[in-house]
Amino acid sequence: GINAEYGVSQYKLWEGELDFVEKLLQEDLRNNSAWNHRYFVVTNTTGWDKEVIERELEYTRAYINKAPNNESPWNYATGMIKGNGHSLVDFKSFVELCEDLYSRQIRSPFGLKVLAEIREEREDYAKAIDIYMVLKETPTVRDRYWDYKVQCIRELMSC
Amino acid sequence: NLLGERIPDNQQLKIRDFFSTVQCSTGGFCGNVGHLPHLATTYAAVSAIASLDLTEVYDVIDRPALASFLSTMHKPDGSFTMHHDGELDVRGAYCAAVVSTLTGIKTDEMFENTGRWVASCQTYEGGFGSRPGTEAHGGYTFCALATLILLNKTHLIDKDRLLDWAVHRQMVFEGGFQGRTNKLVDGCYSFWQGGLFPLLHHILSTDHSGLSSKTWLFSQVSLQDYILFCCQYPSGGLVDKPGKSRDYYHTCYCLSGLSISQHSFSDQVVRGDPNNLVEPTHPVFNIVLSKADRMAKYLVTGKVVEEVGSGG
Repeated sequence: GINAEYGVSQYKLWEGELDFVEKLLQEDLRNNSAWNHRYFVVTNTTGWDKEVIERELEYTRAYINKAPNNESPWNYATGMIKGNGHSLVDFKSFVELCEDLYSRQIRSPFGLKVLAEIREEREDYAKAIDIYMVLKETPTVRDRYWDYKVQCIRELMSC
Repeated sequence: NLLGERIPDNQQLKIRDFFSTVQCSTGGFCGNVGHLPHLATTYAAVSAIASLDLTEVYDVIDRPALASFLSTMHKPDGSFTMHHDGELDVRGAYCAAVVSTLTGIKTDEMFENTGRWVASCQTYEGGFGSRPGTEAHGGYTFCALATLILLNKTHLIDKDRLLDWAVHRQMVFEGGFQGRTNKLVDGCYSFWQGGLFPLLHHILSTDHSGLSSKTWLFSQVSLQDYILFCCQYPSGGLVDKPGKSRDYYHTCYCLSGLSISQHSFSDQVVRGDPNNLVEPTHPVFNIVLSKADRMAKYLVTGKVVEEVGSGG
């Protein structure tokens, strides 16, 4: 893959980049630019095969557990999965994380949104709608979007 | 225009004279006399001219030279530099797409590979960065989506992940929009982010019957409340957030965002006094609907076509 095409000199450019990102995230795990940079570094070094995704999900899970209401690692996790042509359900450890947070009554809006998407991927349509209803229990600026997501699922159900 | 005002003839002609002095003989408009032509100032000039109504003002634009300027800014990979040896980012493509459309000079050749380059700016978050690999950001995302619509290349992107990102940029507490994940609210994003929603409505409505025509997929009420309560400078003009100073940029984009939030596809949502209603703005160009194709039609056919009411 991408490894074979990079000589040592190319790698030298990227050495220390992941350490740099880690330093930034330890200072502020909400630093979204740092998360974006990490994505850029992985893209330009190892690329995104399934092993790399698993490794990065492991890295991300720690940050999600630290602050489940921080949007950045959630975007990083779902982004690397979907952005590389996979489904959320292809990554058991990540699905387990979402379900674990839910069963422990931890109501991160990002975790809930991802759980709804997981259920939709499994074609558990009624259960996906249940999650959007949980999201709507507290009225927020997102409500029209949740209505739209429910309507899209209903379209799928009637197929 | 947003406030329903017209600039009088004599002022329009003075504006025409100014633009005449800053138009470069090799095409495009400069920031001031003696500067180099630049895509951002060209966009500002052409948008401003299109927002006026005297044909004497429309006539100032040297269209063949403009076409040539756009071609020299266009790179083989489809991107555009902002000026000769200048910075390269997605604003360039937007400015070029808008000015070529508003002046009726757009060709496919002018935008070869541009759709693909713009699409490659979409990040793992769903929004778009300034260049491939950079962080998803409201201003650049607006430029990207509007450009892809003008070039008819929206099939190249992941629309669902873009919508999801855009929805999550509205601040639950403040009601206004942030430019990037985990950053602060800013009134200008009322347009850059808010404006994405009519555009997304346009490209998603072919796939989904679930889209309401009465509301966009964000909270129009909360956005208006943020603009009206938090973004008005006491002696006039609008701002980023309370405590900041007024400037033309924030005044323009807060009012443009107000327009977006007040005008749904087939309905109006007006917070506060009914006089708060501003004119509808075209979500691709950000000039009022009634002016959106008036200049292009004149420049191409020589005739002024007055719209009765607003355009579609």
